[in-house]
Amino acid sequence: MLELKNVVKSFNGKTIINNLNLKIQDGKILTIVGPSGAGKTTLLRCISGLEKIDSGEFLLDGQPFDPYESRDNESVIGVVFQDFQLFPNLSVIDNITLAPINVLHQKETEAKERVQNIIERLDLTKFVEQYPYQLSGGQKQRVAIARALAMNPSILCYDEPTSALDPELRNEVSKLILDLKENGITQVIITHDIEFADKVADDTLTVKPVD
Amino acid sequence: MFNINYISEIIPSLLSGASMTLQVFCWTIVGSLILGVFLALGLVSKFKPFQAIISAYVWLMRGTPLLLQLIFIFYGLPTVGIVFPRYEAALLAFILNYAAYFAEIFRGGLQSVDKGQYEAGRVLQMTYWQTTKKVILPQVAKIVLPSIGNEVINLVKDSSLVYVIGIGDLLRAGNVAAARDVTLVPFILVGIMYLILTGICTFLLRKVEKHYSYFK
Ligand SMILES: Nc1ncnc2c1ncn2[C@@H]1O[C@H](COP(=O)(O)OP(=O)(O)O)[C@@H](O)[C@H]1O
Ligand SMILES: [Mg+2]
Repeated sequence: MLELKNVVKSFNGKTIINNLNLKIQDGKILTIVGPSGAGKTTLLRCISGLEKIDSGEFLLDGQPFDPYESRDNESVIGVVFQDFQLFPNLSVIDNITLAPINVLHQKETEAKERVQNIIERLDLTKFVEQYPYQLSGGQKQRVAIARALAMNPSILCYDEPTSALDPELRNEVSKLILDLKENGITQVIITHDIEFADKVADDTLTVKPVD
Repeated sequence: MFNINYISEIIPSLLSGASMTLQVFCWTIVGSLILGVFLALGLVSKFKPFQAIISAYVWLMRGTPLLLQLIFIFYGLPTVGIVFPRYEAALLAFILNYAAYFAEIFRGGLQSVDKGQYEAGRVLQMTYWQTTKKVILPQVAKIVLPSIGNEVINLVKDSSLVYVIGIGDLLRAGNVAAARDVTLVPFILVGIMYLILTGICTFLLRKVEKHYSYFK
């Protein structure tokens, strides 16, 4: 479980996150909803260690945890970016195994073997040798998810997972997210799509801009 | 005048001129690409004074003629007691000048890669250098190759500027023969040799560009 206590984040004196307290339960799906500009992306960036919080603390399974400084491979916070940020110069399989090989120091064959079930679960088997530019939006998103899962994250965060996709794909995404939940993955999903949030959420945090 | 005997008579001197041209070309490429990478890192660095100095340098080198820089180093600097031999003066002028162009090209390449790529690497627990090496640099290389290629072709031709400081390059070899024998044949041969040199460069650059065409 990841717990946030009195988290504060501001940019240039403007408070974006004001004293937030939040618990992210293991194996559950937490959705964070709210209007654009409410600070949802900022919150995700704080949780995943891309931004440093001004004050407050994180507890991961009861232990103090600083995502901004943490280099601990056992407590990775995975991120699926809004625009996926796949590595265009690497094939799908290399996108997925790059971090296991370079960070976890797995051998290439070992890394490929280990991600095999992730690839199958995300229905990417046919695409492993392709490059990101050859994929559709939905396929890119699944590669982004697979790439994050390959690091065996404690939590997987998504920023607006339905925004870059055709509306027809919304159901697919919710199915996929619920399927990952079945597999015990803890997920945090930012969205301004309330209907989508209702479909997948165990808990919902509603945020609004700080006045 | 277009007879084989005459041509085979002057070819050796043209070839030795071409070899000088190639030496200037090769050393300039090596020196200016390496210097250019460091200058580019300075241009994108967050340390402002450093960035300002390098920007000024790039502005100066790109804003004044290479010919002036060459003459300045070889004829100008000795008046203040700094003397370079011809060949060294030529290499210095070319490397300093071309490094400025390459720096600007690399800077553009580095800045055109989405910052999100570094963040994607970071959340995968990769270090800055791992991401730079495996993800950023291959993208930069692909982006900058066409512009680098243009400069490389320009350099083949610009190398003839060493003529003015009395270096025996391909152009000078042709000019000497033409003046001595009162014929334009050497000029034509020189032109053909430059075409061959730029042709080879173009061919090699295409190969490298093709290597990077596997991704978009
Ligand atoms: N790096 C930054 N520097 C300054 N202000 C920022 C930065 N990132 C976000 N903001 C500001 O924080 C507010 C919340 O942005 P964001 O977290 O992207 O909201 P949301 O994702 O809910 O739309 C916005 O007003 C935005 O301008
Ligand atoms: Mg956002």
